[in-house]
Amino acid sequence: MLFFVAQRITGMILTMLAVSVMVFAIMELPPGDYAERYMFRKASGSGMIVTDADIENVRIKLGLDRPAPERYLDWITNIITDFDFGQAFAYETSVNDMIGDRLWLTLSILYSTLILTYLLAIPIAIYAAIRRHSLADYSLTIFSYLGLALPNFLLALIMLYVSVTVFDGSVGGLFSTEYAEQPWSWGKALDLLTHLLVPAVVLAWSATALQLQTVRSTMLDELNKLSVLAARARGVPEKRLLIKYPARLAVNPVISTVGFDVSRIFSELPIVALVLSLPELGELLIMSYLDLDMNVAGAILLMLTFFIVVMNVISDLLLALFDPRIRLREGI
Amino acid sequence: MSASQMTRQTAQQDAVKYYTASQWYLIWWRFRRHRAAMVGALVLSGMMVAGLFAEFFAPYGPTTRDSQQVYSAPQLPRFVDHNGFSLQPFVHGISTKRDPVTLRLIARPDPNKRIYLTFFATTGETYDFFGLFTSDLRLFALDDPKAKIHLFGTDDLGRDVFSRVLYASRTSLSVGFIGVLLSFVLALFFGGLAGYYGGWTDYGIQRGSEIIRVIPAIPLYMAISAAFPSEWTNIQVYFAMTVIFGLLGWTTLARRIRGHLLSQRHEDYVLAAELSGASPARIISRHMLPSFTSYIIVDLVISFPYVILSETALSFIGLGLRPPSVSWGILLQDAQNVRAIEQAPWLFIPAGFVVLAVLAFTILGDGLRDAADPYQVADN
Repeated sequence: MLFFVAQRITGMILTMLAVSVMVFAIMELPPGDYAERYMFRKASGSGMIVTDADIENVRIKLGLDRPAPERYLDWITNIITDFDFGQAFAYETSVNDMIGDRLWLTLSILYSTLILTYLLAIPIAIYAAIRRHSLADYSLTIFSYLGLALPNFLLALIMLYVSVTVFDGSVGGLFSTEYAEQPWSWGKALDLLTHLLVPAVVLAWSATALQLQTVRSTMLDELNKLSVLAARARGVPEKRLLIKYPARLAVNPVISTVGFDVSRIFSELPIVALVLSLPELGELLIMSYLDLDMNVAGAILLMLTFFIVVMNVISDLLLALFDPRIRLREGI
Repeated sequence: MSASQMTRQTAQQDAVKYYTASQWYLIWWRFRRHRAAMVGALVLSGMMVAGLFAEFFAPYGPTTRDSQQVYSAPQLPRFVDHNGFSLQPFVHGISTKRDPVTLRLIARPDPNKRIYLTFFATTGETYDFFGLFTSDLRLFALDDPKAKIHLFGTDDLGRDVFSRVLYASRTSLSVGFIGVLLSFVLALFFGGLAGYYGGWTDYGIQRGSEIIRVIPAIPLYMAISAAFPSEWTNIQVYFAMTVIFGLLGWTTLARRIRGHLLSQRHEDYVLAAELSGASPARIISRHMLPSFTSYIIVDLVISFPYVILSETALSFIGLGLRPPSVSWGILLQDAQNVRAIEQAPWLFIPAGFVVLAVLAFTILGDGLRDAADPYQVADN
């Protein structure tokens, strides 16, 4: 078991290193470099005249005159040893300051979405598989198709509209205006939860749609297995039988795709957050792309990927824990 | 010959027909029975035709402005009004007045003025069809050249939303088409390489594709399109977008192809081909790939919606295609806030097309998958 864990964690570190190289390459992609954009930003509006020598000075000051591999090593070493992501140029502060609390908000949206998805998808899919070709089964199929076809930002807009007109509530942002400046209290926590619910529902819909299909089809396969028939013949009560044989196995594909779900949620989060104006990492990511503030963008991209990779490892371990067949195959 | 004998004979004939049919016929028979998938295919071909011949179907150009009608509501052709019935569809003429308080122009249909619709008419506004020919023939136009018909209303600049949606369908569907095609070629190349050679080649390609796949997709697309130089023309941006979708989208399909090739690699027919001196490229393309072409087609159809949704999302936030290009995402830029829903809900009509296209692709993919599944043969 220990060997298995060590192997997965080594793999994770190697993947992250490779990803960091790719992210660094993306940061280098936009035409012109940080020094040029920095001076352009300074000069525009202030009427200052910028010469090539000025730009060169900034470049030397920031160490941008050095070759890319050297700068990459610097960047990655600072991140690993000091958790320091460098300078954010658009707001003239450090990337760490920009990210700040947004990280926690992103994670709370992620986990509330995941929990909502699994709470909805697993029981409903199992029910649909048992009552195959029933009205509930068909309406579920339609529901999940819609979840896949509706662009997330549209769903977010609709929910925004409904909550503004019907519930007269404020959905945008994180807190209602009356709580924004207050210290933490039960009311404030509750307020935060209601504000988290909308992005969670929007993001969970498409994730649920996918998982519904997977769990339902695995369940259907498993229901036809001889083990189920044998158990039924032995007189095992139907409820216990369902939990013991097919349902237990139908959960496996869900566990093995946790990393995929996280990746999907992170992929859709930025636009949903932008529409709902949630101050989290995805929204900042879009803003920094639009400002070409690639240090911030790179840091966020790296963080999001890091969570996906970690979730992949966790799902591997969970799967080995849940499914004896996998433990046997992996030799742990 | 009795009736029962005859039915038995036709049943036998059917069976013979069934067992001698080629794989593609079998797939087609099974597909045809899938009603929803047939509807999906019809909807998609309709959209493609409408997009391809947008110049003909759309009454106006994508950027033609009607300054008299800004934010005007959709106006559908009608056959009946209080003046009676007419076989030829007509719309009511618009009279524009200024609001005495706010001084805004307000367009109101005048119920006493009928303007008839004619089909295969000329509007006076000429178009250039892909540089092949110029014409001003349209599917429909109003009798009165000064009046305009806006089936889906107009936007903030008085541009006809219906025409823009048609042109946008062309852009969005073609981005999807070229993107999927490109990723297919790359997937075939890398998946084929990894699956046929195995070993270190396989390991390297697998790890490489894992790195692309582990970074969340839309943020990655955004990262690269953010880097497009601002001096690029719209055509350059368009092609760069399709290249991005191709370059980053091949990994899933490549994995599938690899898996299949790995499982087939040690089959006898591959060994036979090798012994007869066939080259690896020929063995892969002539002997191994045909055994799962149907699966590849299904995968291609299923990957369409992702590309379309990604393009829409990117253009929506301003990191994809740029105006004056029209795509579904760009049209939806006008509908970014709650105020738009209240003031001009018809600006959301393009979203309906996105949903329709994605639904149609998904249902079509499902139908094709069922049809291509050899394990279902026993049911027939």
